[in-house]
Amino acid sequence: MAVQKLPLAKALNESLRKALETDPKVLIMGEDVGKLGGVFRVTDGLQKDFGEDRVIDTPLAESGIVGTAIGLALRGYRPVVEIQFDGFVFPAYDQIVTQLAKMHARALGKIKLPVVVRIPYGGGIGAVEHHSESPEALFAHVAGLKVVSPSNSSDAYWMLQQAIQSDDPVIFFEPKRRYWDKSEVDTEAIPGELHKARVVRDGTDLTLAAYGPMVKVCLEAAAAAQEEGKSVEVLDLRSVSPVDFDAIQKSVEKTRRLVVVHEAPVFFGSGAEIAARITERCFYHLEAPVLRVGGYHAPYPPARLEEEYLPGLDRVLDAVDRSLAY
Amino acid sequence: MTVESTAARKPRRSSGTKRTASAGAKKPQSSEPQLVQLLTPEGERVQHPEYDIDLTAEELRGLYRDMVLTRRFDAEATALQRQGELGLWASLLGQEAAQIGSGRALRDDDYVFPTYREHGVAWCRGVDPTNLLGMFRGVNHGGWDPNSNNFHLYTIVIGSQTLHATGYAMGVAKDGADSAVIAYFGDGASSQGDVAESFTFSAVYNAPVVFFCQNNQWAISEPTEKQTRVPLYQRAQGFGFPGVRVDGNDVLACLAVTRSALERARRGEGPTLVEAFTYRMGAHTTSDDPTKYRADEERAAWEAKDPILRLKAYLENEGHADAAFFEELEAESEALGKRVREAVRAMPDPDHMAIFENVYADGHALVDEERAQFAAYQASFADSAPEEAK
Repeated sequence: MAVQKLPLAKALNESLRKALETDPKVLIMGEDVGKLGGVFRVTDGLQKDFGEDRVIDTPLAESGIVGTAIGLALRGYRPVVEIQFDGFVFPAYDQIVTQLAKMHARALGKIKLPVVVRIPYGGGIGAVEHHSESPEALFAHVAGLKVVSPSNSSDAYWMLQQAIQSDDPVIFFEPKRRYWDKSEVDTEAIPGELHKARVVRDGTDLTLAAYGPMVKVCLEAAAAAQEEGKSVEVLDLRSVSPVDFDAIQKSVEKTRRLVVVHEAPVFFGSGAEIAARITERCFYHLEAPVLRVGGYHAPYPPARLEEEYLPGLDRVLDAVDRSLAY
Repeated sequence: MTVESTAARKPRRSSGTKRTASAGAKKPQSSEPQLVQLLTPEGERVQHPEYDIDLTAEELRGLYRDMVLTRRFDAEATALQRQGELGLWASLLGQEAAQIGSGRALRDDDYVFPTYREHGVAWCRGVDPTNLLGMFRGVNHGGWDPNSNNFHLYTIVIGSQTLHATGYAMGVAKDGADSAVIAYFGDGASSQGDVAESFTFSAVYNAPVVFFCQNNQWAISEPTEKQTRVPLYQRAQGFGFPGVRVDGNDVLACLAVTRSALERARRGEGPTLVEAFTYRMGAHTTSDDPTKYRADEERAAWEAKDPILRLKAYLENEGHADAAFFEELEAESEALGKRVREAVRAMPDPDHMAIFENVYADGHALVDEERAQFAAYQASFADSAPEEAK
């Protein structure tokens, strides 16, 4: 059946299965991705069906995972690597930044690096340290990488397909606290472009822009604001590099107010870049400064404090009120 | 005859040049381990129980020619840096045997992952020497097509390429090909986590890769003692594959040992670590000043083990090459120097729009936007009248 209601993690699983079926060059690599199916079961059952040669349990060495994936890509493969948790990507950061991102340019375009790095990210699951971070800005800052994050099962399925088909390296951030959220996936639909934003709720008074796990929070905030007579538009950015500034501009020219929401710390976060560029593009349309809601400039706190640290419904609504007060 | 009688068995540093600074630190190994040698520094052919090689006079002359031309190219590049034509040069002086010996062991379908100093290996792969100079002149970051000669781009980050080589070799094995892959790195890189991880991955997946470590004794100013307390080739044992130390200034031994390691990889027996024991005769790069950290005596001791002189002595003593050969080679060397010199001087600066090219394979909206802004900015100067532009 083409349309199914699937948890986000299962949609990713189906997407990987489809990629393995479609293209013999696609490989899955990562820690515990084989028999266990990954700690979040995103690769569940894939090794059983496609073999150890294509669904590869790797040594526990993130730089080694990405470095060998680069070598496999140079040989003509399309590796999809899993980093087990956001906070564990940093041993691979050197390979991602100095090699994966730059090799295409270094070779003056003569080689391509179709590598997808999947990273479960973000908080809200009551985890220990290094398991709840949102490092997307650290990758968006690097030319040569593309950075995306789906917010729902359909996007999870299709955006992963498109990331695997991309000839550029893609850092694919998966909102781990939404892994179990179910929504409809049409596996025969014609997907939108990978790096285009989508209006997920129409509104006229203010625009909330978010991606990944925060889209749901913003939709809830917009519904709550509606009860107070405020019409809030919600934009699912979907892509953090490139950012679909045209879509944000279009929305802001209508609503004249913008609040950007992400879990990552606001300082030098993607919201800062969006605020700067939208201010340049929409200066005479804006009725209020672009506001940001996100994490604080502090290490991600212990689980008992994460609800206070994370941008929740009330903090988003507070920003909506502050913006509308101008 | 065994290697025992050769000069290479002498302690690596004489007491006068020993620079281990930490007081009371014990020397890591009680005696230097044996290394595979087939040609002594005096040019005497010796036997080794495990490794042998049988080359025709023509092949021997070919190795000699490769080394002489590589050294000539290298000297020309150093001179071009001094003349301001190159921003930087990393000389391979002294490492010709390690590079030519290993490079000539390769088959066309094998794949090479070099550091930034593998000019001799590039020569063996048929990469035009002038292609190597673009990055040192600053007109590109490499830019040759790696797949034309199965010679990957120079990698500047120390040790990164060992993982690329390992991944590539994993792919070779998946493809069922009998090609092999060779990863070059140095004694300094041996401390990098990526090198350790590449040993782990290649061992676990039994990847057909040869790790060719040129231990040239110095990582800029740091002697090998700052990298390891065991001879580097012994590291392989802990990962479960063989390691061998070869006289890196003996082109015959380097050829024989590398050939053997490549064959082992082709047979599906996994990786090998080759430690080519050699010496960086020059500075780390043209920006470096070795007089600040090492003694002239040490260099002088290694000069006596020069890789080219020993093969020349052998060729002459055996009557494998006559005066005409050496004269012709001298002329060929000078012609190469001239060609390289002229090519570098004629190398144009890239078009300024090249900044935005090849950042992505499939394009990127921000790059498009910034390219357009930059083009408009540049065009704003082009619009001004020539006299104003002065």
